[in-house]
Amino acid sequence: MDYQRGGPVLKEQLIQVFKDSAKNGLPFKAVREKYIQQFDTDGFPTVKDEEWKYTNLLPLTKKDYAFENTDGIINKEQLEEFILNDTDSYYLVFVNGVLSKELSTITEGAFVVGSLKHNNRQDILEKYWNSCLPQKTDTLVAINNALAQEGAFVYVSKNVVVDKPVQVIYASSNVQQDLFLQTRALIVLEENAQVQITERHQNFDDSFVFTNAVTEIVADANAIVDFYKIQNNTLNCSLIDNTWVKQAKTSNCTIDTFSFGGKFTRNNLNFCLTGEHAESNMNGITLIGKDQLVDHHTFVDHAVPNCNSNELYKGIFDANAKGIFNGKVMVRPDAQKTNAFQANNNLLMTDNASIDTKPQLEIYADDVACSHGCTIGQLDENALFYLRSRGIAKKEAQAMLMYAFANDVLENIKIPELKNKLNRIIAKKLGVQLDIEL
Amino acid sequence: MLSIKDLKAGVEESQILKGINLEVKPGEVHAIMGPNGSGKSTLSSVIAGREDYEVKGGSISFEGDDILELDPEERAHKGIFLSFQYPIEIPGVSVSNFIKTSLNESRKAQGLEPMPAGDLLKMMREKMELFEIKKGYLSRSLNQGFSGGEKKRNEIFQMAMLEPKLAILDETDSGLDIDALRIVANGVNKLRSDDNATIVITHYQRLLDYIIPDFVHVLYDGRIVKSGTKELAHELEEKGYDWIIKEADQC
Repeated sequence: MDYQRGGPVLKEQLIQVFKDSAKNGLPFKAVREKYIQQFDTDGFPTVKDEEWKYTNLLPLTKKDYAFENTDGIINKEQLEEFILNDTDSYYLVFVNGVLSKELSTITEGAFVVGSLKHNNRQDILEKYWNSCLPQKTDTLVAINNALAQEGAFVYVSKNVVVDKPVQVIYASSNVQQDLFLQTRALIVLEENAQVQITERHQNFDDSFVFTNAVTEIVADANAIVDFYKIQNNTLNCSLIDNTWVKQAKTSNCTIDTFSFGGKFTRNNLNFCLTGEHAESNMNGITLIGKDQLVDHHTFVDHAVPNCNSNELYKGIFDANAKGIFNGKVMVRPDAQKTNAFQANNNLLMTDNASIDTKPQLEIYADDVACSHGCTIGQLDENALFYLRSRGIAKKEAQAMLMYAFANDVLENIKIPELKNKLNRIIAKKLGVQLDIEL
Repeated sequence: MLSIKDLKAGVEESQILKGINLEVKPGEVHAIMGPNGSGKSTLSSVIAGREDYEVKGGSISFEGDDILELDPEERAHKGIFLSFQYPIEIPGVSVSNFIKTSLNESRKAQGLEPMPAGDLLKMMREKMELFEIKKGYLSRSLNQGFSGGEKKRNEIFQMAMLEPKLAILDETDSGLDIDALRIVANGVNKLRSDDNATIVITHYQRLLDYIIPDFVHVLYDGRIVKSGTKELAHELEEKGYDWIIKEADQC
């Protein structure tokens, strides 16, 4: 019976990894015990689980993985292509899950840019570790909760604005055996604090890497966080990215997810609004092609009155690409005067591409403004003819219309170099050379 | 320059153009008039290469070359320009960027280097003056939030930048107030030369008060049923299309 849930070997292996690490003394051991038990009981989800209905994990869970690898070497020159070079930044670089001290700019002071293993603020870790997550979580989150030990740690104390963006890179290289990594990040902003973060998972050779990431973001009153996820990994890498955001009153948190690369990408993005007048923004551009899958599951929990959430996801699917969007908004009985806006617009470039899109609004308050809408369409033939009649070749004309389609997400990016970088990634992905300044 | 012979075209089963013959020589302005549904816009789309229409017979040659097999962009590179009745909005792509791309794609097709940015800007400024276009317009998203008049003016501005050999103005007068009409028409007139030609498609004679045609053709039920000089346009304005339709139906 258990066999049909997939990955029984992987499950036993992961439980063994936990037992082995526990011998060496794990922080938060009691919490971890709880989650490994949950995993032991539940196993991996299958397409029979509502939340995984359109996304089959089996191809990922039946592989034979290594769980750590310390052979990865990345140098500064290799990184250049994958970072914002002209934007003065703090860097956190992990190679096969291990912090690279040479490539990172560890900073300790009014704010901390470090890693979970390398920092002097265990007090903050104690206070906030696992603080955004619900008691019972998704299996993949449970695995991460039990096993993950290393990843980005950013702590910004009261009234401090981090002066430069923090660029986080999870690199992988020199992997001899398929690698299954658990990465973890904790971002804590105290009252009035501000930070901008970019995050990238990047493979540097032909390795197969499957990353199961959990990021917790805690935004105290009036804090502002802008978090940009650039998912443009090589096509042999897969990612399950779980992000949990907890926002206090008048805080503002934006998470943008740009999904271009990777074979299999599942984003679980969760916001919990616990203080009034908080605002959550989540935006995404998905542009994928042959044999790629990107699944966005978002959840906004309006637990208190007078909060806003805005959600805008644009998807462009070529070849046999598969997209999934599931946007859940919960408005609890007390959350009067909630404004929740959600839109998911998709372009299918071929007959073989597909998108399953599902808005899911649960509203238990009566004085709210909630809207949702999803569209699925093709490029406008009329518009295409317009551009071509002006001498622009078909491929370029299509690309131009795709830019136009994705533009309202791109135009809100607050780091100019990032916007340019994304433009270049999109142009490369579309195989065109278009000098478009958005 | 443009030679259309017995052109038949339509969409799937329905035939819209039922044998069009038209000769346009350099330096000429032709007006094509006709009631709604007579095939005016279809004709302009087919000349520009719109793939939705199937050409079922006849030929179109441009400067001696058969162009029916060419893509719309290739026809543009040869110097054919179609001003749209309903220009498309393209958010995120600025007017200047669009024109730059469009112009340089044509140059590329002709084996030329991209136009230097300084020259391009200078040219844009000159043409903007011609059409009384305000500053700040170049950085706006193409046609987004433009009024009907602004969209049409933008079409003619693009035409001025691309300097086509053959310009087809499809219902350029619709949605224009009288001042905008005058500006657009003056611009078109200034661009006229012995080397280029213009086809003006319109419902009303009004535009032809400003852009004086050498020839006027009446299109009805997919055929040119009457051709004449500019006086024909005046006659149509006075008497409507009915008398021509009657004449045509009798034939």
